[in-house]
This record gives sequence, C-alpha cells and structure tokens, in this order.
Amino acid sequence: MSEKTIAAISTPEGQGGIGVVRISGSQAFSVGDKVFKSLSGKKLSSLSGYTALFGKVQKDGEVIDEAVATVFRAPKSYTGEDVCEISCHGGRYVTEAVLRAVLEAGATAAAPGEFTKRAFLNGKMDLAQAESVAGLIAAKGEQELKLQLAAKDGRVSKEIGEIEALLLEFSSDLAAYNDYPDEDLSELDPENFNKILYKAKGALEKLLKNYDSGSLLLEGIRTAIVGKPNVGKSTLMNLLAGKNRSIVTEIAGTTRDIIEDTVRFGQLTLLLADTAGIRQTDDIVENAGVDLAKQRIENAQLVLAVFDTSTPFDDDDRQILELIKGKNCVVVLNKTDKGSVIDKGLLKEFEIVEISAKEGLGAEELQKAVVKVTNAGNIDSSAAVLVSRRQRDLAVKALNSVNEAVAILNSGMTLDAVGVLIDEALTQLYSIDGKRVTNQVADEVFRRFCVGK
Amino acid sequence: MNYKAGNFDVAVIGAGHAGIEAALAAARLGAKTIMFCINLDSIGNMPCNPSIGGTAKGHLVREIDALGGEMGVAADKTMLQSRMLNLGKGPAVHSLRAQIDRRAYAALMKHTVEKQENLSVKQAEVVHLFESDDGWHCVTKMGAEYTCKTVILATGTFLAGKIFVGEVNFSGGPDGMFAAEGLSDSLVKLGIPLRRFKTGTPARVLKSSIDFSELEVQNGDERVIPFSYRTKEKKQNSVVCHISYTNDKTKEIILENLHRSPLYAGDIEGVGPRYCPSIEDKIVRFADKKRHQLFIEPCGADTEEMYLQGMSSSLPEEVQVEIYHSIKGLENVEIMRNAYAIEYDCIDPISLEASLEFKDFSGLFGAGQFNGSSGYEEAAAQGLVAGINAVRKIQGKEPLVLTRASSYIGTLIDDLITKGCSDPYRMMTSRSEYRLLLRQDNADERLTPIGYEIGLINEEEYKEFLNRKEQKEKEIKRLYALSVPPSKQVNEILERLGTTPLSTGIKMAELIKRPEVSYFDLAPVDKDRPSLDYEIAQKAETEIKYEGYIARQQSQVDEMLRLENKLLPQDIDYSKIDGLRLEAREKLNLVRPKNIGQASRISGVSPSDVSVLLIKLGGTK
Repeated sequence: MSEKTIAAISTPEGQGGIGVVRISGSQAFSVGDKVFKSLSGKKLSSLSGYTALFGKVQKDGEVIDEAVATVFRAPKSYTGEDVCEISCHGGRYVTEAVLRAVLEAGATAAAPGEFTKRAFLNGKMDLAQAESVAGLIAAKGEQELKLQLAAKDGRVSKEIGEIEALLLEFSSDLAAYNDYPDEDLSELDPENFNKILYKAKGALEKLLKNYDSGSLLLEGIRTAIVGKPNVGKSTLMNLLAGKNRSIVTEIAGTTRDIIEDTVRFGQLTLLLADTAGIRQTDDIVENAGVDLAKQRIENAQLVLAVFDTSTPFDDDDRQILELIKGKNCVVVLNKTDKGSVIDKGLLKEFEIVEISAKEGLGAEELQKAVVKVTNAGNIDSSAAVLVSRRQRDLAVKALNSVNEAVAILNSGMTLDAVGVLIDEALTQLYSIDGKRVTNQVADEVFRRFCVGK
Repeated sequence: MNYKAGNFDVAVIGAGHAGIEAALAAARLGAKTIMFCINLDSIGNMPCNPSIGGTAKGHLVREIDALGGEMGVAADKTMLQSRMLNLGKGPAVHSLRAQIDRRAYAALMKHTVEKQENLSVKQAEVVHLFESDDGWHCVTKMGAEYTCKTVILATGTFLAGKIFVGEVNFSGGPDGMFAAEGLSDSLVKLGIPLRRFKTGTPARVLKSSIDFSELEVQNGDERVIPFSYRTKEKKQNSVVCHISYTNDKTKEIILENLHRSPLYAGDIEGVGPRYCPSIEDKIVRFADKKRHQLFIEPCGADTEEMYLQGMSSSLPEEVQVEIYHSIKGLENVEIMRNAYAIEYDCIDPISLEASLEFKDFSGLFGAGQFNGSSGYEEAAAQGLVAGINAVRKIQGKEPLVLTRASSYIGTLIDDLITKGCSDPYRMMTSRSEYRLLLRQDNADERLTPIGYEIGLINEEEYKEFLNRKEQKEKEIKRLYALSVPPSKQVNEILERLGTTPLSTGIKMAELIKRPEVSYFDLAPVDKDRPSLDYEIAQKAETEIKYEGYIARQQSQVDEMLRLENKLLPQDIDYSKIDGLRLEAREKLNLVRPKNIGQASRISGVSPSDVSVLLIKLGGTK
C-alpha cells in the first residue's frame, strides 16, 4: 500500500515575499524533477538531504518562476517522508501556478493537515505535538506562539506522562495487593494513596489553570460591553479594533454556540458576544432588559462597563455597577474630552480606565487594564500548557475522576471502585497525549488544520 | 507396523485439567471423542498445589462452571477447606479458593470421563501426528493409528519433560510419570516451532514430622460458598492450613547454594513463571524482603503428605532438607517427595486463533500449558474452549470466541493469542481492565446463556439460572422502591456502623449504597425482606452499592468495543504498509489481528502504529 505523494502551498495565502510549495511522499523528487530544472543541470533526486538547488519551475516548456528547491530525505524531514520544497516568489498567482504544475506532474493535492498527519503517523511527533502545530499556524501573537511551541516541544506530553505515572503507581500497588493475598504484603496505606491522588490532582489543576490563562490568549476573551445608551459603546468598539478591525463571523460549532465577532486588540483577542445587537440597539439595559444584560455579564470572561464620565451616575448606571460586582471587569470612563464629573467614590473596587474613544485616547491604558483583570498573558510560557479545548475537556474529566476517587477513598468505599475511577482518569490522559488512540481523537486533531502544513 | 485403530471426531492428547474439559465438552456436544493419557492414573492429577481457585483463578473456575465445564463440580465434591480471598477489598477481587483432596479429585475426574458417553479413554502415548486427505492421524507408541477430524493438544508438562533437582536431571513428566517423547519431533516436522518453559513444585512432607504448636492457623470460611451453581449440598471445612515464614537462616542457606541451582548454573533453558517464582528466585529478586510466607496445606483426607506452598525449588535434595529445617515448625520435617523443576515443550500461542485452533493448521487445537499458560484453572478454561470449538468446527459452526469484556476466560485467551507470553502465563485480576464487571459472583449471568446456547448447560440448569437472576432483580427493584422512615431502630443501626443517622425518609437502596452499611445490617428494619440465598442477596447488594461504578466501567467497555468493531482485512500484508514501524509490521503479520482493538493490544504495536491502521485501513465497519 503505497502512500500518495501530496503537495500544497505551505505558506499563508497571499502574504510574504516567498511562497513555498511542499511535496511529500515517495515520488516527491521525481515529481520535483518534472517541474524544476536546476541551473546546474543536477536532478533533485540525485541530491542528499538538506541541500538545495537554484533553478526554474517550468510547465510545458514555459518558465513559471525562478525558485530554490530544497531536498529533505526520509526520514529526516517534516513528514518523515521524502520531501521537496519549492520556494518561489510569493504572491498567490505564481505560487498557485507552481502548485498546479506540481499536481499535473503527478502529485495529489494535500488534504487539510495532511503533512502533519503524516508526520504524526511516521512517528515524528506525538498527538499533542501535532495538535499544537495547528495552533502554531494560527498563532497570532508572540505569547501565543511561545505557548504553542512549548506544546510542540512535547512539554504537555511530558507533564501528562508524569500524572499518568502517578496514577499507574496507584494501580500497580492495588494490583499487587489484590493478586497476592498470600504474600504478606503490608496492608495498603490509604494515606499513601491519598498522597498520590493529591499530587495528581494538583498537577492537573495547575495544567488547567495555565490553560485558562493561556486560553484567554489562544482562544480569545469572551467580552461583554455594557452601558447605557449613548455612553459610547460603538466608539469604544472602534477604538478596540483600530483601523484593522477584523470581524470574523461564525466561529460556531465545536467550542462556542453563539455567533461572535473577533477583535484583535494588541496582543489580545476579544470575542465580542452578539455585538451586532449592541450596535443596533446601543442600549441593552433599556431595550433588551436587565435579564439579558445579566446573562451577558454572566457568560463573559471580561466585562467592559462603559460610563459617560461627563454626566453624574444615574439609577441605570448604579444598576450596571451592581451587576458587574465580582466579575473580571474594567470600568471604562468615556468622554474625558468633555470633562469628568462622575463620583469615583462608587468605583473603589473596580479597575478604572479613562478614555476618550472619540479622540482615540486611552487605548493603551485599557489594554493594560484588561491584561491586569483577566490575567491574560500573565502566564509562564515555559510551563506546559494544554493547547486545545479538546485537551482541556479531557483534563477536566480526568480531574473529576481523580476528585471523585479521593472522595470515595476517604468515605471508606472499597478500593476496586476507586480503581475504576483511576482507570477512567488514565483513559482521559492517554487520549490527551495519544497513548490511547481512537479515531475520534485523530479526526478531531487533524480536522483543525488548514491545507499546507 | 501401524494398525488402523479407529475413527474419531475429536482426539484429545493429554488428560490433565485442559484435556479433561476438552474431552468432556466434545463428548457432551455429541462428538465421538478419544482422550489419550500416558498413564490413566494421572488423569486429573494435581502435581503441584492441592488447591483450586485463588485470585482470578477462582473467577476462571466459576466461569468454566457457568459455561458447563466440570472443574467446579469436582472441586466442590472433593474440597477440604474453602476461603473467599480478598474479602474487604471489594467484590471485583473476591476470589474463591479451595484446598482439595487431590487423590479424590483425580479419582472423581477419572471416573467422570470413564462414564462419559461418546468418550473413549486410552492409556497411550501419541508419538506421531500427521495430516492427510482423510484428516488428522494420531499414532501411538504401540502403532495404533487413529484417524480424527480434529485434534486438541493438551500435553501439559509431559511434552519432552525434563526434571531438575540440583545437578541431577533426567527425562520425566510430572509426579514421577514418564515424559512424552517423540511427539515434539512430529510437531516440529509439521512446522510448529516449540520452545521450552519450566515450572516447579515444592516438597511434600510428612505431617507427623511438623511441629504445628507454634504455627499460625488458617481456617476456612464459616460460610462455604461452592464454585459450582450445580452444587446443592452444604459443604464443610474439614482441615486447617498453617502459616510459617522463611528467615535469615533460610536466606543464607539459599544464597550459599545458589550456584547449585540448575537455573543459576544455566542448565535450564526454559523460562519460569514470573508470577509464581521458586523460593530461590524470590530470595534473589526480592533481596530486601526479610521473610517470605509459606502455607502448609494437607494433600488429602487420607494421606499424611503435606504441601509447602510458596517453597518450590530446584536446589539439590540435601539443600532442600536444610532449607526446610531452617523454618519454624519444620525443624525436623521429613521430606516424602522432594521439590523439583520441570522443563517442557510448548508453543508460542500467537500462532493460535481465538478459537484456540492453529492459524496454519485447520482442525488442530492447543490448550493449557502447551499454549504457554500455567495453572490448573487456566488450563481447564482453555480446554473447555478448545473442546467446544473442535466440535463446532466439525459441525461447520462459527467458533465460540469470548471477548475480554465477557470474561476472564476471554481475557486469558486474548492475552495469549494477542500478546503471546514470554513466561508461563498466570491469570491475575489485574489482567482484566473490567474487574468490576467480571465478578466471580456474576459468572452465570455473563456466560450461562452462552453455555445454554452451545449445549453444555441443560434445560433444568438454565431454568435455575433464570430463576436466580429473577430473584436478584426483583430484590433490587424492591430495595429501590422501599422507603425507610427515620426511626430509633434504624438510627441506632446507622450510628453503630458509624454513619449519619436519618432525619428524613430514604430509600433502602440509598442506605445500602453507603460504604459502611451492608444489606444484612438492615435486616431488622426490613420486615418484608424475602428469604433469599446468601449469594443472591449479596449480589443484589453489590449491584446496588456499586451501581455507579459498574455503569462507568460499562461505558469504558462500550468505548473499547468501538475499536473492536473496526475490523481489519485478514489478507493484508503489513510489511507493505508505510508508516508502520518495523517491529509493528512483523508483529502484525504474526498475530494477524481481527480488529483495531486487538491490534492495539499487541506488544510492539505503538499508538502511532494504531493510528496508521486507523487512518489507512479505516476499519471496515
């Protein structure tokens, strides 16, 4: 069963000065040789690994572009197969023309994530690493990149592996105790089991906490903007987004059910829930009712409460202040350009930023305040971080099983029942690092890829 | 000169615990069966410990019984003492073990096979096995040639058996029997590679030479629970066992003489059982352990021979004397039969299907130690499955394949044929990932319907089973419906058990779910409780108390089944699949797994190999 040779553009669409077409598979070099003619006359198939040739990409005798072709020989390549990368001049048209030539020469278009899938299948990386590649490609900021790199390094797998080892220690002690009633093994010490379980619990909690701070970076911060009419919520939106405001709609499905707009705000990504609604009515308290406001605030990881600092607080304002108590919240006092009359005494417990959205003043301070209240970015990027919702959900399940195991162990339930929960936790952990394979896992991980990596 | 001695459907070579179950199952399913044994007096012999059951092994006996096998019935009839092991560790690991009158057991089994319709029992050594157009041919040393449709190899430790005691070694079978010579060559010629395993047994000593006065006594359970659902009479313990310990002196003697052990001297090539080590092995491997426990067990009601469990050895006889004399209570012990190691030929079970038929030899089956296992119970379990499948083969029926999720028997066979074994395979509860589902108390619910369908469980037994099940289910339903109001009486009970008293009414089942409370504790506040068999009541309690955990384990099983249901093509050449690591290609070609789940259990097949299979072969749903 010979694998097809695949090819795709592996640089982002329409960007950069160089476009790379990657070919991977047993026919990579012969396909490469059909389209790429080196200046020196050397064939790609004659090269050793990690070497490159300069030449021209041709199709039907016509030159498409000048290019450098790099040869990687299996297994020392990204995919673990023979790989040829043709670097041509960037730009969509040229790069696509090169890809077309490569496909006509016998390669098959790569499916999303197929290069990484092959790398995984050829043992070049484990599942958690493969998963982080998807994140790496999509990484938008520096912090995020570091996190994903940490995962690609295998740090997550290592950390998960350590928790697995703890739980396995528990299981094997239990097994010896059960299977050798004749060996005068000392009675099992529940304290020791407790110790093991607490260690596992602590490690999982740490991973999850890191994830939560990390996910604010990786997945964006669910943000609610609240405020009375005419305090300047829409102008605040524009300030947040700047000129390069990008609205990405329909991030629906797997992780979030509601439609959101994504706004890039410095290093941060804000997910603005139902902003269309805000913009249209410009008044959630009055038009949509307090319940809706409450619900938005409840679901948000960050609340930006906007007040007009040039007019004194009224009942509506005070009601909003009631709702946002105890939340991750920044009180945004807008319209500083009109002078401030607001009673700041009411805002003692809040993080306050004064801005003038209209004049574009205060954006930087607002960013700092957001980072401060959400703790986003305030993470140790050298630590292991779970990189996807999938991993997080599994870790949460594992933690639940461990917590329950602790509870029933101390309630005097027999150890065989505790064992069921430990096995359950292990199963979840094995699915994070890919030690246990199910097709759902593989499908889920590789579905997240765009073509080309 | 050979002579034609007759035609049979099923031939069973060997009459140990595997051979007996195989022959009885085949004959009972209507096949014309012949069983060969080197010496008829060794039928059903227990050449090692005089006990049946133990952790996980007790589960196997119960499962054999639930399918319609013989071992449980015979063990109950000849038991001397019975104990449920691991009480207090939870129902998943409760395991029954009984001390057995070994001569009585063997005599009973011999008589059982003799009386069995359709079964011929022959004292003969099969020295040659070959296949021709009209079937398999078993040729005995005397030249009798039997033509058989199927053959089950259950040769135990007889096959090219060799005894080792210190520097002394000679060809021999267990318990002073002759070894089976000749058949090995014949198998090798057929193309079946053989390998050497070894096992050992401790000495039998004279009861009157033991000083029991200072030894710990081990009594049987007050309430004896039989192995078999068919055992109706109440059983009583008639003997006690004793416990003693090795000490520094014992250790010193062993270490001083280690060089005289054939194992350490390199005379034995066979691999011994990792989980059932000899005393010298234990001393070396667990060097920091101060002492090792040993059990002194009677070999029967009509004998003074005592068995020293935990003290098997292949050291020279005079060293054995010294070792035993170093132990409290055994200072003047007289050895009647010395300890020895025995080395024998067996196969790599990877060459078998889950039906226990050879992948490459249609109609040829293997069972018991021949397949690389150790233990009477493991042997009997395989014998039963091989016997059933030999007949189903002849009848053109699908083989009986028990899954890991169904039983310890299924787990045992799956382990053997998927993982193979590098030392004699012993069943343990930790081998099963579904311990809470595969309890010894529900073997009937798991397997009796299968035994009934196959034809080894008769109508009456099946009706009894259904009745037991119904009683249990009715009781569980009743306990879930029954409210217990707070009362002085119930709260006194609860406080005595150290659990919170009631302030409002609660369902009886909810009370039973409390770890501190048992079904039986609540009898005084449950006036309408039906009178149930102890076992049925206990099972009802277990299923209530562990309901949540049982359900969770069941969901793990369901998850596993999804991979089990992804079938792999059987004609595929794994060496041609890119992405598989070299070791995985070899192992996969050897095992030829039926599905992705089985492939994932093969040692040497890594998760990423499994992903390759999943993604490339997809698994035909």
